[in-house]
Amino acid sequence: MKKLSANRRRFINNCVTYGMVIAAFIVMQVLNGAGMLSPSLQGQLVPICAYITMAISLNIVVGVSGELSLGHAGFMSVGAFSGIIASLSMQEMIPFAPLRLAVAMVIGAACAGVAGVIIGVPVLRLRGDYLAIVTLAFGEIIRNIVNILYVGIDVNGLHFSIKNEAALNLAEGGMSILKGPMGVTTNVKIATFTAGFILVLIAITVALNLINSRSGRAIMALRDNRIAAESVGINATKYKLMAFVTSAVLAGAAGALYAMNYVSLAGKKFDFNTSILILVYVVLGGLGNIRGSIIAAALLYILPEMLRSMYEYRMLIYAVVLILIMIATNNPRMKAIFARILPHKKEGGDENG
Amino acid sequence: MKKKNVLALLLAMCMMVGLLAGCGGDSGESAAPESSAPESTAPDAETPEEGTDGETASGAAIKIGGIGPLSGSSATYGIATQQGAEIAVAEINALGGLQLELDFQDDEGDAEKAVNAYNALIGDDAQIIYGCTTTNPCVAVAAETNAARYFQLTPSASSTDVTAGKDNVFQICFTDPNQGTTAANYIKDNELGTKIAVIYNNGDAYSTGIYNAFQATADEIGLEIVTVQTFPDDTNTDFTVQLGAARDAEADLVFMPIYYTPASLILNQANSMGYEPTFFGCDGMDGILELDGFDVSLAEGLMLMTPFNAWGEDERTVNFVTAYEEAYGTIPNQFAADGYDCMYAIYEACVAAGITADMSHDEICEALIAQFTNPDFSVDGLTGSGMTWSTNGEVSKAPVVVKVEGGVYVTQ
Repeated sequence: MKKLSANRRRFINNCVTYGMVIAAFIVMQVLNGAGMLSPSLQGQLVPICAYITMAISLNIVVGVSGELSLGHAGFMSVGAFSGIIASLSMQEMIPFAPLRLAVAMVIGAACAGVAGVIIGVPVLRLRGDYLAIVTLAFGEIIRNIVNILYVGIDVNGLHFSIKNEAALNLAEGGMSILKGPMGVTTNVKIATFTAGFILVLIAITVALNLINSRSGRAIMALRDNRIAAESVGINATKYKLMAFVTSAVLAGAAGALYAMNYVSLAGKKFDFNTSILILVYVVLGGLGNIRGSIIAAALLYILPEMLRSMYEYRMLIYAVVLILIMIATNNPRMKAIFARILPHKKEGGDENG
Repeated sequence: MKKKNVLALLLAMCMMVGLLAGCGGDSGESAAPESSAPESTAPDAETPEEGTDGETASGAAIKIGGIGPLSGSSATYGIATQQGAEIAVAEINALGGLQLELDFQDDEGDAEKAVNAYNALIGDDAQIIYGCTTTNPCVAVAAETNAARYFQLTPSASSTDVTAGKDNVFQICFTDPNQGTTAANYIKDNELGTKIAVIYNNGDAYSTGIYNAFQATADEIGLEIVTVQTFPDDTNTDFTVQLGAARDAEADLVFMPIYYTPASLILNQANSMGYEPTFFGCDGMDGILELDGFDVSLAEGLMLMTPFNAWGEDERTVNFVTAYEEAYGTIPNQFAADGYDCMYAIYEACVAAGITADMSHDEICEALIAQFTNPDFSVDGLTGSGMTWSTNGEVSKAPVVVKVEGGVYVTQ
């Protein structure tokens, strides 16, 4: 088989990734239009899109930048609650739901981006395990802040409090949006699968373009050998921060989309477990492998739902599948078998795509 | 990298095959426990009339989709609501008239999973939704059922947000504000304490909801609250700071609108500190006496507001407690009793409104809304007699305060 140039191979790879997502979207839309989609799967489409975006976004930090982040749900939380506040406060200003959703997602992304900078600057001075622990702590800090925060809106604008609902001093006709530990209970559901699909496409574009750009190569150089990279003049803090903030922005947008799919949402949803869940998607999909993240997130989200009918064994099966995938993908013999079945794929390339 | 991707795809396909195989095989399995439950608890299902009805697993039965946490940190409450409801379904089906079928799905106490569970249930042709057990998931599901027109009755999601603005959602439990207000008035009227300390879980909607109403009412009626202590999570294990603050403020009554697991630790630690105020709890406290490893003598003198007294002597309660103990080996708490009452409320409303199993979910929904809001419709249950519902979905029944004496509840 003729050997393709690296550029061309990358182009084909990226096309496969985009094609896969677009094909999945079209298939789902056709099935939905024909009424062949079960309500269960129909209801999962939006969260799947949100989790795919989360996995892509975390992959930029963990896979591409090589820093283990355990607090990614924190950015999702920031995006989710700022998105909800934006959406509910602009209900009258922007009655057109898709536009309001887009604005909420942009605001969610921006707020998460700001949080990314604030957290990234001190955190990225650390390396390895220390960085992982500090990101974990920041994730918990964000969760706890959301848990004590009360936000309301009236004719005078937004009111904030960290005491209780009464301390908001809302004027007549005001509405409290975020009620501390109770979270949001009066959201309006406006998320759609189409919006989720567009968000996933944007996330893929951002991630692939970042990976294949000059900055992306600098980020990967820092991952592979920090000392060598710094010795040729790559600014470590700048590039690490770039990856971290990009990731936070995507996570914020995903959080806003996710939040807009539920009428009630509490801060405790975005805890350590959610961060780990997303990390599982990334690790199982392959570090640095965007397409793998997409497939892993979609399948591993659907899996426990499909196993619902035998719920007693559901988490057991889920765990066994996770272990099997980890073993299988790391087993040299399995790799050899697959390499034999697919001989033309023997040429290993770089890790993105 | 290609190799890896292909591998990922192949594994994904293997997984899908496994899934499909799993789906094919389980239909028989999942039916088994459902059909065996009525048999074990209702051995008298053999009267001639229901010989045919008794065996129907679907078709002639109204399918009720239940949602609640069966795993995760609030699993004990979800399992109780499921088991209580199953006892009631077995009894109702043994009567031979209208048949019910309960399919209970896990939501892990999470709004996202609850909506997934709801979608799975309506995909399986559930006609009525029973749940959710906890507040936040219930609010999320209530919005869905309201849009899609399913009748929903919750055993224990007590926030007013659950029913607000939704005509199809009804509660069988007291609302949180209602409990807080009643507790404050009760303490004031019976002069249980002059200096009140409050310990509540500010990470929990139920606890915060009761506290807010309690505080508001206390301010109104002139009940002195000397200190308010909080803890963030039900997994908290050390309450000496909160108890110390209550003691330093010389509180003679500690109001604890919290669940029984942290409450048991508080009682234990107060005992070792030698601090002996009156402890007063709400319905989440019910279940403390059956907690594994808890010294029941510590709860002596504990007062709580609960709609259900498992040591009650009326025939209905005795029958339920006996059946429950036989089936599950424990004494039921108020969650189980709420679940039991939910099934009977649905059953009686269905009978009164002439609902049959072949009606669609939106017809059932409209008929049940009309029936539940009908002022002449009332249900006698374990958690209250003559329960009626207002148009906003809230139940009206008399709250009961009990005191633990000699390891059992004594109604005050």
